[in-house]
Amino acid sequence: MLNNLIYIFFVPEVTLAILAVACLMYGLFSKKNAFNKSTNFATLSLLFSTILIYFDFSTNFALFDSFFSNTEFTKFFKILTTLGAAISLIISKNYFIESKINKFEIPTLLLFSTLGMLIMISSKNLMIMYLAIELQSLSLYVVASIKRNSIESAESGVKYFILGALSSGILLYGFSLIYGFTGHTSFEGIAISLVEIDNLPIGLIFGLVFVLVGLAFKVSAVPFHMWTPDVYEGAPTSITAFFAIVPKLAAIALIFRFCLEPFGKFYFEWTQVIFFLSVASMFLGAIAAIAQKNLKRLLAYSSIGHVGYVLIALVSASDQGLKSASIYMFIYLVMNIAVFSIILSLKKSDSYVEKINSLSGLSKSNPVISASLAIIMLSMAGIPPFIGFFGKFYVFIAAIESQLYILAVLGVLASVISAFYYLRIIKGMYFDEPDDHQTYEFTISSESKVILFILMILITFFILYPSLLTNVVSSISL
Amino acid sequence: MYLYSITFYIFSLVAILSALMVISARNPVHSVLFLILSFVNASGLFVLLGAEFLAMILVVVYVGAVAVLFLFVVMMLDINFVKLREGFLQYLPFGALLGVVLIVELGILFLTKSFSENSLSLFVQSPQINEVENTKLIGQVLYTDYFYLFQISGLILLVAMVGSITLTLRDRGQVKRQNISSQNFIDAKNAIEKKKIKLGEGI
Repeated sequence: MLNNLIYIFFVPEVTLAILAVACLMYGLFSKKNAFNKSTNFATLSLLFSTILIYFDFSTNFALFDSFFSNTEFTKFFKILTTLGAAISLIISKNYFIESKINKFEIPTLLLFSTLGMLIMISSKNLMIMYLAIELQSLSLYVVASIKRNSIESAESGVKYFILGALSSGILLYGFSLIYGFTGHTSFEGIAISLVEIDNLPIGLIFGLVFVLVGLAFKVSAVPFHMWTPDVYEGAPTSITAFFAIVPKLAAIALIFRFCLEPFGKFYFEWTQVIFFLSVASMFLGAIAAIAQKNLKRLLAYSSIGHVGYVLIALVSASDQGLKSASIYMFIYLVMNIAVFSIILSLKKSDSYVEKINSLSGLSKSNPVISASLAIIMLSMAGIPPFIGFFGKFYVFIAAIESQLYILAVLGVLASVISAFYYLRIIKGMYFDEPDDHQTYEFTISSESKVILFILMILITFFILYPSLLTNVVSSISL
Repeated sequence: MYLYSITFYIFSLVAILSALMVISARNPVHSVLFLILSFVNASGLFVLLGAEFLAMILVVVYVGAVAVLFLFVVMMLDINFVKLREGFLQYLPFGALLGVVLIVELGILFLTKSFSENSLSLFVQSPQINEVENTKLIGQVLYTDYFYLFQISGLILLVAMVGSITLTLRDRGQVKRQNISSQNFIDAKNAIEKKKIKLGEGI
């Protein structure tokens, strides 16, 4: 009994929940520098829970077995989530302080949101899935509108909230239909009740489609992507960094597990939906980004496109697809952290750079920064020597192995189109004359400098040692 | 059985009529009061079904909290509802058309076999409501089997609280708050200052 009680503190979710409440108290009762202190506390607790997830003391903890799954897949995504959250806190700390949105509640809310994502990734029951999604997104609605005196920030928060609430409603409706037609809320129960059936009853198809729509809202796949560019643009850039880096991981992991675990047998029912979502996201992400002038909006469309590529792996509905999606999300995380750590530290005449054409002429004053940004952009476009190529490569291989040739060809086409706007940024930095003579200022804390350096090495030289990632991923299965 | 049917029809009739009054009453305060009446009748229907826990929750949450909040908002905000309603009727034909289309479509759907009673009862067996009260049943599983869910709901409420405080509380720095202990500990020596004023000069 006592043994069990001690083990409970090695469950990462429990520890993170306790640390999040402690972080709230710590921020509340520290008189000076509350934001600084609670950010450091939150970063450390995220890193600590990463260690707990990695060493995985909790496998014997069978009490909540019907709600909680612990596999290599969930472990991989949980580690990415906590690491991504910790790093996004580190790289955005300076921005928070400089733009005077240094409230100690921000790191606390982000901790709660990360906790929600961990529960989401390992959820094994429709009820826990819903609660985790709510915990995750409720905190994000608040941080999106955290800059109270900015009308854009308030707008983005309200938009995110209303569309998020709508998608939760659709999700719940789907859950109720699934529960009504199978009599189970747990993934295993649903799968067992479907064993004897050859065709899904129409009510279950409805429920499945509703849940997929709700989840597509969360991963911002086209045509449920409308909120993404507005929320990314309106929220403070440091919050945008968190939005772009972390919640996608959890939502993608959840959509994979929801499709493959309870409904794995009926993959021909949901692959049509996912096929459409994937193609539409890739093409809209590529084409709509061309017209953008704001860097954050452009990255929003780019993330919509990336979601499209990951969903290719889901359509293939195979073990290879699962592995390639894990590789893709890791690479997505690396590239997004790198690009946001640059955007969050680049100032032009005392304001942070947000417009694309304000990057013109960056190569003359800051050659190192513009070279790094150029490498990241080439990598995001998927051009060979860099890491982004490998993400797309493995996804397309998974598609071809499952005989989805059309999807692979469409993916390559979309990635050619999307190369245009990535290259336009590089062209702006290297070939455009600066329209004014304001100087760039690059202020970066030493921690984020180290992170950026490591990530740049990873992006550039990944080709020399790709087995680093493929070995880790090879053990992944549901 | 007659009594059961009579009670059912009374409750449902009042619920539907008051729901109609909610959207047709001119005075918004009356609308909210009719809304409360409709909620109470709906909870009566739940009691008839044997779901007494749901009935009580409906009264506590919807009547006790939501409707009262509505009432507060309606009374506090100076919204000219009559002006909002102007031209409302001109959408009636179009809205009615859409409603008819929806009803026909739903009718077609439910007349097909896929939503028939048999297809549902294949899977779902509702619990025996006559044996144990469902409040007791919920209590038995809520803190044991579903403890994990219960805790996460608690965290969600905590986040909602922290979030609403973060977004609304602002420290203006010039608010003069009453400090009772310092008022009580005040002393005539510190509070009153004697000054000598020269004759004929004033302060």
